[in-house]
Amino acid sequence: MLRGPGAIDLGLTVNGEAVRVHVPPRRTLLDTLRQSLGLTGSKRVCDEGTCGACTVIVDDRPVYACMTLAIACEGKHVETIEGLTKDASGEGERGLHPVQRAFIDADAFQCGFCTPGQIMSIVALLRATPSPTEDDVRRAVAGNLCRCGAYPNIVAAGVNAGRRKK
Amino acid sequence: MNAFSYARPRALADALRMLRTGAASALAGGTDLLGLMKDGLARPDALVDLTGIEGLRGWSHARGKGLRIGALTPLVELETDETLAKTMPILRDSLRDAATLQLRTMGTVGGNLLQRNRCWYFRDEGTVCWLKGGTRCFAVDGENRYHAIIGARECAMVSPSDLVPALIAYDAEISLTGSRGERRMKLADLFVAPHGSQRREHTLRPAELIVEVRVPEAALARKGTYLKAMDRKAWSFALVSVAAAARIDRGVARDVRIVMGGVAPVPWRVLAAEKGLEGSALDDAACTDAAERILSGATPLRDNGYKVTLARELVRRALRSLVS
Repeated sequence: MLRGPGAIDLGLTVNGEAVRVHVPPRRTLLDTLRQSLGLTGSKRVCDEGTCGACTVIVDDRPVYACMTLAIACEGKHVETIEGLTKDASGEGERGLHPVQRAFIDADAFQCGFCTPGQIMSIVALLRATPSPTEDDVRRAVAGNLCRCGAYPNIVAAGVNAGRRKK
Repeated sequence: MNAFSYARPRALADALRMLRTGAASALAGGTDLLGLMKDGLARPDALVDLTGIEGLRGWSHARGKGLRIGALTPLVELETDETLAKTMPILRDSLRDAATLQLRTMGTVGGNLLQRNRCWYFRDEGTVCWLKGGTRCFAVDGENRYHAIIGARECAMVSPSDLVPALIAYDAEISLTGSRGERRMKLADLFVAPHGSQRREHTLRPAELIVEVRVPEAALARKGTYLKAMDRKAWSFALVSVAAAARIDRGVARDVRIVMGGVAPVPWRVLAAEKGLEGSALDDAACTDAAERILSGATPLRDNGYKVTLARELVRRALRSLVS
């Protein structure tokens, strides 16, 4: 059954909550998160699947939200940077997720604009590989550009977050 | 992106029916199609999302019957599966440095085979190059450091896939289905250097889908190597890539395959050079000679002469690695 091209009702699961949005099929997951749901942590930068600032987790895997249609995410579990603090109770300070805490400890940013995407990539990595090596982290964030060049500290934060989880 | 309607059928027959109506496009991972749509290079009025179709995802290997890979299998699954890494290691080798983890997670095997080329004149919405119906290829006397050095006709694009050379080096075939029924072909025959009225790099028919990739059992006995030169260490299309494979039998090479990406509009092979290595011990002189033969027909453009040197050396190294 064809739906659209006008706006239609979609049911999504975002950060564990069922939400409804009213968007046309051409609306990306990124624009839906930012505009319809007010979740502006995922950044819109290149909007062509190059920079990684929009990285979110869909069904436990990291994807570019700018190259994903919201309508294609029905029935899937979408996680954004805003959802991380929910399961952080008891870990870290001030309700931060361990990876967020590791980023602060390693000073893994300068301007911080790419940080939500970097963190989501590393959170996804740690689910599949709880104790990643430096090379594992480097590969996991190869699709997340940081124009400040904070890479060494980002990689260190990923490795440290893995060690801390053990 | 233009407005479009969307469907996610569960049956292949429904998807094929929807694709036959109007200007509908098939959607899998979307990593290439959505980019083309955002740039105004594709304007489908409907997207038929194939990812809900059962049975086109995953791989199987029945001993003696070869390897079968469903077209909707995400690239990351071929890269991370430990059993598959033993069955056909070149799959992982070719995918490790392909795009980024996010794109390999989203992208599928079928989509990878059908991705459009990366020529910046082709990708620029405002440029009507020959491939898009214009009168000339602007790369020929324009900015051409990433373009073809061999095998180009009216269009100087290069074959962009990392997976394709690896699969062709193992004699992969594809199964397709469409309104005119099912057919099988060598994967190599999916690609054509755009020329004449063929202003596209694939021979896929309208409303036709790739459903499966098959690698014959005999090819799985080959040793293979994939080498890729990039202008940075990660997240880059190949400047030049080489997939080399051969069955090594008592120290000599049989069924040698050398397939190059990034140098020609199609995955590039020189059959005479492969045949010349039949029974060779792949010593340095033989490998150097084969590399020389493969690149002897190269006609580089103003800014891509470096690819000839690079390609020659990558071929030599890839072949040498088969006996080291």
